[in-house]
Amino acid sequence: VIKESYDVIVVGAGPAGSTAARYAAAGGASVLMLEKDRDVGYPVRCGEAVSHEGVVQFIEPDPKWIASTVTKFRLVSPSGKEVVPRLDGVGYVLERRIFDYELAKIAATEGAEVVTKAYVFDLILENGKARGVKALIKDEHVEIRAKLVIGADGVETRVGKWAGIDTTCHIRDMESCAQMTIAGVEVEEDTLDFYFGDAVSPGGYLWIFPKGKNTANVGLGVSVELAKKKSAIRFLEEFVERKFPNAAVLTHIAGGVPCAKTCETIVKNNVMLVGDAAHQVNPVSGGGIVSGMIGGMIAGQVAAEAVRLKNLDHAAEYQKRWHKRLGWRHEVFYNIKEAIADFSDETLDSIADHALKLPEKKRTLGGIFRTALWNKPSLLIDVAKVFIS
Amino acid sequence: MPKTGPLMIHIVPGKCDYCGCCVGVCPEDAIELMESKISIIEDRCTNCRKCVWACPWEVIEFHREGVGTLPSTITALNTAGTTL
Repeated sequence: VIKESYDVIVVGAGPAGSTAARYAAAGGASVLMLEKDRDVGYPVRCGEAVSHEGVVQFIEPDPKWIASTVTKFRLVSPSGKEVVPRLDGVGYVLERRIFDYELAKIAATEGAEVVTKAYVFDLILENGKARGVKALIKDEHVEIRAKLVIGADGVETRVGKWAGIDTTCHIRDMESCAQMTIAGVEVEEDTLDFYFGDAVSPGGYLWIFPKGKNTANVGLGVSVELAKKKSAIRFLEEFVERKFPNAAVLTHIAGGVPCAKTCETIVKNNVMLVGDAAHQVNPVSGGGIVSGMIGGMIAGQVAAEAVRLKNLDHAAEYQKRWHKRLGWRHEVFYNIKEAIADFSDETLDSIADHALKLPEKKRTLGGIFRTALWNKPSLLIDVAKVFIS
Repeated sequence: MPKTGPLMIHIVPGKCDYCGCCVGVCPEDAIELMESKISIIEDRCTNCRKCVWACPWEVIEFHREGVGTLPSTITALNTAGTTL
């Protein structure tokens, strides 16, 4: 039974939402998490790769949500030169439909209530401040009050807009994505493949991530500005037709990734935004699982503190802590992305050439990046910022 | 910038994957997206076309002459005369 009011309502039960709900509940707040879809974790709109060190901050790795353990990257340049940098540490290709479920269970174990098939269509606003949400639950309009609303409503976020936060993603920064999960193909189970170049995926990249034996997520992102001419699905179909003509397609999915800096405002009028909704995505890689969970954790903690302190203005602390923890880094990454975006196919090929001349020991992502610096020395300033302070 | 002409944006019924990429780039909060239902909020849409460009699956169309009577929902597969 849904109560009339809660301390915190979380809109959206992806990794960021579930983590926010978890930490808010653990901090003593009463929490309700609403998910618009019937299932938590499904459909999966994600390439599903994470690093071990990222995910282990929140949950102990469990074979039931790990499809593949990866130890290698393969970068393929526009002309087909392959560079396999040495990696420290391991990564995982997840089964998001199980992973997300587990995260929601952890939130529930901490005391959060979870309701699925609950579509939030507006905020209860009083004097411009959010006092809860208006939702459609089982075809019934309900109003549920809350002291704070956490918007974890993904790339399609609207919660922030209703509270006066600008969350619109510029078309230059939005990656329009398509992915197929294909089976019956030969893939190396320990390797993440990345393909670059204007012919494959302009303003983005194409990925092949193994999902166990003979199965893989093959997907790509195209900057919307460039997708005007040719859509993501066309690029993907051409690639799969060429590379995996006999593959069985198990799923076929669309998506969008906001590869931008974090929104300038992520707390306002009793609303806090986390995950894709706040653009908490690494703008270079497009990875957003762990960064969204970090955003969710900080937001959940701060929300619980605000409730304990009986001071909702304390929510503003979230924006400061996020910026200090990851936001500033994403700004640097964004500048790097901007610089790399100018690289022509020829430049990318010459970087691959240089990287292949490196002795194997030095063939790390950092080593390849240093060769990229030869082509764009101004990158150095941005990189320096990552390591200083 | 309010729109002056008719609505020119059309989401082809039944083809959408409900991924939300279009909603993310819409500057007017003019798209309503549910689990498996999507619609343009006509009085907010300015026909700016960002959603058309963003759609990974080419499901959103631009019709310069206006969407007029284009169908916005799918009709039942078992039309009159057919019994299941």
